[in-house]
Amino acid sequence: MDLRPTAAEERFRAELRAWLETEVPKYGAPPSRGDWPARRAWDTSWQRKLFDAGYAGMSWPKTYGGREASLAEQLIYYEECARARAPYVGVNFVGLLHGGPTVIVEGTPEQKERHIPYILRGEQVWCQGFSEPGAGSDLASLRTRAERDGDHYVVNGQKIWTSFAQVADYCELLVRTDPEAPKHKGITWLIMPMNLPGIEVRPLATLHGQSEFSEVFLDNVRIPVENRVGAENDGWRVTNVTLRFERGTAFAGEMVDLKRWLAEIAEVARRVTDHGTRAWDDASLRREIGHLQAETDALWYLLKLSIAQADASGVPGIGASAVKLFFTELKQRVGDLGMRVLGRAVLGRSDVAGLPSESFTYEALQSLSMTIAAGSSQIQRNIIGERILGLPKDR
Amino acid sequence: MAFRLSQEQEELRQGFRDFCTGRVSLERVRALEGSGFERDLWRELAEMGVFHLRAPESAGGLGLGHVEAALVFAELGRAIAPGPLVWSHLASGLVDGAARGETVVTGLDLASSRRGPIVLEHLGVADAVLVLREDGVARLDPKSIRSERIETPLDPLTPVSSAAALPAGERLGGADLARDLRQLGTVLTAGMLLGIAEATHVLAVDYAKERKQFDRPIGSFQAIKHMLADTFVRQEIARASVYAAAATLDHPEVADVATVVSEAKITAGEAAMKNARTCIQVQGGMGYTWELPSHLFLKRTWVLESSFGTIEEHADQLAEGVGAAGT
Repeated sequence: MDLRPTAAEERFRAELRAWLETEVPKYGAPPSRGDWPARRAWDTSWQRKLFDAGYAGMSWPKTYGGREASLAEQLIYYEECARARAPYVGVNFVGLLHGGPTVIVEGTPEQKERHIPYILRGEQVWCQGFSEPGAGSDLASLRTRAERDGDHYVVNGQKIWTSFAQVADYCELLVRTDPEAPKHKGITWLIMPMNLPGIEVRPLATLHGQSEFSEVFLDNVRIPVENRVGAENDGWRVTNVTLRFERGTAFAGEMVDLKRWLAEIAEVARRVTDHGTRAWDDASLRREIGHLQAETDALWYLLKLSIAQADASGVPGIGASAVKLFFTELKQRVGDLGMRVLGRAVLGRSDVAGLPSESFTYEALQSLSMTIAAGSSQIQRNIIGERILGLPKDR
Repeated sequence: MAFRLSQEQEELRQGFRDFCTGRVSLERVRALEGSGFERDLWRELAEMGVFHLRAPESAGGLGLGHVEAALVFAELGRAIAPGPLVWSHLASGLVDGAARGETVVTGLDLASSRRGPIVLEHLGVADAVLVLREDGVARLDPKSIRSERIETPLDPLTPVSSAAALPAGERLGGADLARDLRQLGTVLTAGMLLGIAEATHVLAVDYAKERKQFDRPIGSFQAIKHMLADTFVRQEIARASVYAAAATLDHPEVADVATVVSEAKITAGEAAMKNARTCIQVQGGMGYTWELPSHLFLKRTWVLESSFGTIEEHADQLAEGVGAAGT
C-alpha cells in the first residue's frame, strides 16, 4: 500500500504536463455545444494530436498502436488532462472506449485492420446502437431484427439514445438474429457503416435543449456478414466485453474533472455578487463543500484501489459498479450545489453578470443522464446486491 | 504507485481477524458490558502488538507502518473491542508501560470535538491521561482530575466520567507533537469506524439472506437489496479513504496530510453511522432489541464520532482549502 509515484511515473507526468502546457493553449476554444460538425472536427483533431505525440489509446495494446500504459499512468493521464483543461475524448468516446476495445478482443484480423488504426488517429467516429424504445435496463429484450440474405444481414428496427449518431462513421449495433431463442441467446453484434441506405438519424432534444442523442431508424439496411463481431447469436457475450470496458476506467477523466469543478464552485461561492453578499458566508454551504470534497477524493482513491486490485488479479474489479454508482450520484449533488451557489444567476443558461451560469447549468442538467445511462443506479444496486453480496434475485 | 494491500498486509489483516474471532469474540466482549475493560484481554491485545506495532524492532516493537496500524484498528472496530485502544497506542513510547499494556492510558483531544462538556472514557481503569491541546501534549494523573462517573454510559462498553476542568499536567511536547498525535489518533479512530461499517454491513447482509417473509428471503426484495448495496458502497468509499490517509502518514509527500486525515474521518464516520442504522432497520424488530449486538456498534460509533473531530468539524476544516486562491 504505497501512494508514492515511481521514477518512471514521475517522468511520464512531467513529460505529459510539459506537452499539454504547450499544446492546450494553442488549441483554442471549443465550438458551441450544439454544433456537431464543429465538435467532431475539434474532438478528432485533438485525438490526432494525441496520436502524433504518442498519447492516443493509453490503455490499448502496443500491437494495435496504443501506449499500453500501466493503470497508474492512465490515471496520471486523466489527472494531467483535467489539470490542463485539455479537450475531452468527446465524439471519440464510443470508438476508443467501447467499439475499439471490443474489436481488439473479439474482431477478425480484417476488422481490426479496417478500424483500429483509424479510431486511434481520430479518423473514425463510432456511435452505440444498443438501447431501443422497448429495451432499456432490460437490454437483452431488444427487438431490432436482422435476417440473413446471402452475404448480408437485412436489418429492421429502431435504436434510441444513440450518442454521436449525427456525426458517426460506424455504429456498434446489437440485433436479434434468432427470435426463437431465449432472449440472451439470439443477439448478434454488428459493425454498421452509417452511410448505408435505409438509415435515418433523428436527433432527439434532451432536457438541456441540445441533441446529445438521436433516434436511429433502420429500414432494410443491408450489412455485410463480414461485419459481424463474434459468432452469430453470441452477441450478448460480446456485449458484456463492451460493458465491462464501460464500467472500468471510462469515467476516470470525469472524476478528476469533478474535483476541479467543485473547486470552481467554491471559488465562485467566495466571490461577492451584486447584492454584496457571498454564498461562502453561509456556514452550511461551506460545510457541504467540505463534505463533498471528502467524498470526491475518497472516490478517486476507491478508483485507484479498485483498478489496482483488478490489475493484480487480472479480472475486472468488483468495485466498478460501486464506483459508477457513487460517482454519478455524487456528480448530481455537486451539480445541485453549483446551481445554488449561482443564486439568481441560475436563471440564465448563458453567463449572467460574470458568473458561469452556462457551464454550471449545463453540467447540472447533463448530470441527470448519468444515473440512467450505462446501467441505471437501480440496476447497479441490483448488480452489487446479487453479484457481489450474493443476495437472491427478486423473481 | 501500488495502491493495494501487499501480500504481507493481507496476511496481517487476516491474522488479526482470526485473532479477534477467537480471542475478542462477541461473547467475550459482551461479557464486559458495564465495565468495558478486562486486564487479561488488554494484555493479550498488547502481546499482539496493538499498542507498539509501529515501534522499531530495536525497541521491542514490530517495526510496522501506519497502514498496518489502520488495518489492525479496523479489525478492532469490527470486533467492537473495548478499552482506550487508540490512546494507549498513541501513548506507546511516551508513557512507560503503555506499549506492553502494563499501563492503561486514556486521553482527550481538547482541540477537536469541542462541543459539549469534558467527558473522559475509561477513566476508572486508566493509569494516565493524555491531553492534546493546540499548543502541546500533557500527561495527567487520573487522581488529579476532579470527575464524576456517569451512571449509565451510552455505550455499555465505554464507561465515561465528566469533569468541569482539567489540570495542566506534565508537559510531554509542543504543538507539533500534539498535531502528529491528533492526526494519528484521527486515522486510527477512522480505522475503527471502517471496521464498524464492515461489521454492520455483514450482519445486515447475513440477516437479509436468512430472514424470510412472504415466503422469500427479505434480501430478494429490492427495497432491502438496494439499502445493502449502499452499505457496501459506503464501506468501500471509507476503506479507500482510510487506507489513503494511512499511506499518506507513511509517506507525507504524496498528499496534504491534514486533508486526507479529515477525509478519512468524514467518510468512515458516515459509513459507520449509516451502516449501523441500516443494519438495525434491516433486522427490524430484532434489530431493536438489546439481544442483537447491532445497537452496540451504533453506540460505539457515537463514541468514536465524537472523538478527534466530528464529521462537521472536519468538513468545515476541509472547506477552507477548496477553491481558495492558489489551489
